[in-house]
Amino acid sequence: MTTTTHTSTNTTSTNTNTSAPLAPLAEEETRQVRRRRRLAPGKRLPATRLVGPAAVLALWSAASAAGLLDPGAIPAPWTVLETGSRLWTAGTLPDDILTSLQRAATGFSIGLVVGILLALASGLTRTGEALIDGTVNLNRAIPTLGLIPLFILWLGIGETFKIAIIAIVVYIPIYLNTHAALSGIDSRFVELAEVQGLSKFRFIRQVVVPGALPGFFVGLRLGVTGSWLGLVVLEQINATSGLGYMMFQAQNYGQTDVILVGLVVYGIFGLISDSAVRIVERRVLSWRRTLSS
Amino acid sequence: MAPHTEQLTRPAVQLRGLTRSFEGRTVLDGIDLDLPAGQLTALLGHSGSGKSTLLRAIAGLDHGVAGSGQLTAPERVSVVFQDSRLLPWRRVLDNVLLGAEGKDAGRRGRAALEEVGLKGRERAWPGELSGGEAQRAALARSLVHEPELLLADEPFGALDALTRIRMHGLLRELWERHRPSVLLVTHDVDEAIVLADRVLVLEKGRIGLDLTIDRAHPRSYRDPLLGEYRERLLAALGVTEDHR
Repeated sequence: MTTTTHTSTNTTSTNTNTSAPLAPLAEEETRQVRRRRRLAPGKRLPATRLVGPAAVLALWSAASAAGLLDPGAIPAPWTVLETGSRLWTAGTLPDDILTSLQRAATGFSIGLVVGILLALASGLTRTGEALIDGTVNLNRAIPTLGLIPLFILWLGIGETFKIAIIAIVVYIPIYLNTHAALSGIDSRFVELAEVQGLSKFRFIRQVVVPGALPGFFVGLRLGVTGSWLGLVVLEQINATSGLGYMMFQAQNYGQTDVILVGLVVYGIFGLISDSAVRIVERRVLSWRRTLSS
Repeated sequence: MAPHTEQLTRPAVQLRGLTRSFEGRTVLDGIDLDLPAGQLTALLGHSGSGKSTLLRAIAGLDHGVAGSGQLTAPERVSVVFQDSRLLPWRRVLDNVLLGAEGKDAGRRGRAALEEVGLKGRERAWPGELSGGEAQRAALARSLVHEPELLLADEPFGALDALTRIRMHGLLRELWERHRPSVLLVTHDVDEAIVLADRVLVLEKGRIGLDLTIDRAHPRSYRDPLLGEYRERLLAALGVTEDHR
């Protein structure tokens, strides 16, 4: 167990070894309590989430600098940065970003409202459930991106169909998770509400809705991710503006750096929106922190 | 504590031929019972003897259960469950005030929390309370409604022995101050003897034993004179000497 080089067998207090006089003594007489091996990972260090991406970036930079990467396939990080700032000041990047953001935000807002309303109608009334739940699940079974050709025929190739597709991608996870949370309310709490004499309205407002919020947030995060996913696909197939269009054009001219700029912007928006939802979730569900911490 | 004889004349709860059955199995078999106003009654029985079914019937919580018979209960009934049933997303005071009406509800809620010894924990989340504290909060929640009848379904069953003894004292104290009729469902014979003035034993869907415990409060768990009651109750529950 101990790997000291001392071969002394004398472990009493007369030991002249001054480097560790206490340990052998304690072991001999009372056998000190040793802390158990810790199995949980230690305390989280600040900003550790950024370590992985930073390492990838460093590796990418090093490989580019050493000339290991074909600049035509994977341009160096600084080239991407340069292109990004050039597109920002002299090109259409701000316009493209704005267009994309508008599409995502509009589609997401519509999907959010529709998802919540349908979940409430279906989770709180039996009639609503009979009418809505099966229909939404049918909708879910159809890959939404497969609806694109039909929607183009119905709504034209303008903004409307793009927003409609994004809204569908968003509303489904929000509906499913919120509805599951609403209908899965603990029957003990229902009983409590009956005993306390709550009205139907108060029961919904004070018991059902707050109880369903955790499920709603799961759906919300899936919905946010979904809105970006839908946007990327839509803008690469049928668009005359926006980030995806910019990348599509760049593909035709072999501008890898522009494509990478587009991907970086998508990534940043995805991260920001997900963090925003997380922050809101943590504030709204602050009662949960007492359990997890 | 002298019995309030004028209160004891009018029964708070009246059961006549109360029958309840689940899928053809009769759980309550024509129970006749009067619970006088302001009396602390304990209801003992094996698990599955129908104690909770009886309590839930009186509370009006047995939706869709087949049954017949007459049942009258007061207007204001509160229930304390075995679990505290605090809503985790409402702070302690807001939990106590669940369903409380009126302008002075907040004041009454604070007063109830103070009575159960939780003053200062109004803003705590239920997840931050110990088991005993949570059950105290549940008691406060039932008090806010100023119940005429308090139904308690094994309210201390999930607590450790030390906390349970302290809660016994609290329940008795609250009862003496507010004087609701109490029906305490329990499987703990000692708990019934120490707390209640009357102990009922439910056996095969009927009241098998109706025992008045005529000893002054506060009662000690070690009081030898209570041993006689214990023997009778255990016998009624079918626990004989050689079972122990």
